[in-house]
Amino acid sequence: MRLPEPCGPLSEGVVRALVAQPDGPHAVSETRAMGDVSDPLTDRDLQLALWTLYELHYRGFDGVPPEAEWDPLLIVSRAALERTFEHAVRQLVADSPPADELGHLGDRPSDRVTAALTRMTVGSGPSEVAKFLHRRATREEFCGYLGQRAVHHLRESDPYSFVLPRIGDAAKVALAELQYDEYGGGRPDRLHQELFARALRSLDMSTDLTSYVDEAEGATLASVNLLSLFALNRRLRGAAMGHLAAFEATSSLPCERILRGAQRLELPPEVGDYYEEHVVADAVHEQLAIRSICGALVDAEPDLADDVLFGATACLAVDGLAGEVLLDGWRSRRTPSRGRDVRAAG
Amino acid sequence: MSARRVSVTECPGGPLLVRGADEIEGPDGTITATDRSVVALCRCGRSDRLPWCDASHRDRKRRSKNRRTEGDGEDRAPEAT
Repeated sequence: MRLPEPCGPLSEGVVRALVAQPDGPHAVSETRAMGDVSDPLTDRDLQLALWTLYELHYRGFDGVPPEAEWDPLLIVSRAALERTFEHAVRQLVADSPPADELGHLGDRPSDRVTAALTRMTVGSGPSEVAKFLHRRATREEFCGYLGQRAVHHLRESDPYSFVLPRIGDAAKVALAELQYDEYGGGRPDRLHQELFARALRSLDMSTDLTSYVDEAEGATLASVNLLSLFALNRRLRGAAMGHLAAFEATSSLPCERILRGAQRLELPPEVGDYYEEHVVADAVHEQLAIRSICGALVDAEPDLADDVLFGATACLAVDGLAGEVLLDGWRSRRTPSRGRDVRAAG
Repeated sequence: MSARRVSVTECPGGPLLVRGADEIEGPDGTITATDRSVVALCRCGRSDRLPWCDASHRDRKRRSKNRRTEGDGEDRAPEAT
């Protein structure tokens, strides 16, 4: 896979560091102070720099030595970007409307957490993005959506696998059970990443991840980076599992709408197959994630209860932000007279 | 596989999670096969993909326009709100 096109000083610094010295060390030049980043959650330069550094832990890049993954200087740079990002996520979560008062929910911390996760994800219904895709999107807009989501779906589920060795007992077993399903249940042709790639191919779209990263909004990259932030830092394992629960519990209904949008546009069956799979699979996964994973995790480690809820809230808030940016883009392109004014993600 | 254990887990306000099932028999005798290691069975009758849960119990708007007449919902789950 090739490196992405830099779009500012931070991503330029990272890419230059990765290609400059084949054997490292890989010093990232500090060309832009973190204090100059006004909104880290939509700042494309910051999110692209972070995404590029995270990718070293997944599949890496052509021409970049695998040793770069643990290059101390790159880790230092990643940590600085992560601090800025995590701080912004925590602020966004603090500003999110609090979940309903929960009252007495049971005696165990896990009762409180499973009830809160259910409460914060229930009744939300399909998102505005899903409704738009269902009823209004043109084929071009639908494909544009797939292109944004490709950054996530071509790596779907991989971040959560980093959490497996970091949790134990019943929660570990349940996470493995969920991941087994995500990874095709023993059948390579049912690997969810592959289902998505097949949908892209059916539309004559590329399956090259970098080409989608090059087009992705800052907020889209942030929603993907959020997962890596949680999954690659052991201290945030509770947040990673809360993220998984919120993600799965808010997936089936939107996937149903997107499926109907694909049918309305008469897209190839491979596109519908991806979303059909997720309607049913994610109805299972939400139960596994909320009860069998998060519930068991908090039973084993009660101190993680707040982290689990933080991760879930962060998932909904950051993914919501990415959705708003997409919707705004569609709206402004449909009413060009108003211009593409305030998109900070450029 | 022959000694596989089948288990059923009740999810409050949601479906039944069934592990180890090969097929589900519906009220009219219809057999639905599955090769998933764990499946979620609808208990509220609002699913469009019976016998599977499709998370319709989460969708407030669908509650009032339940079109289902197959008599599949005798075991109503508590309303999840």
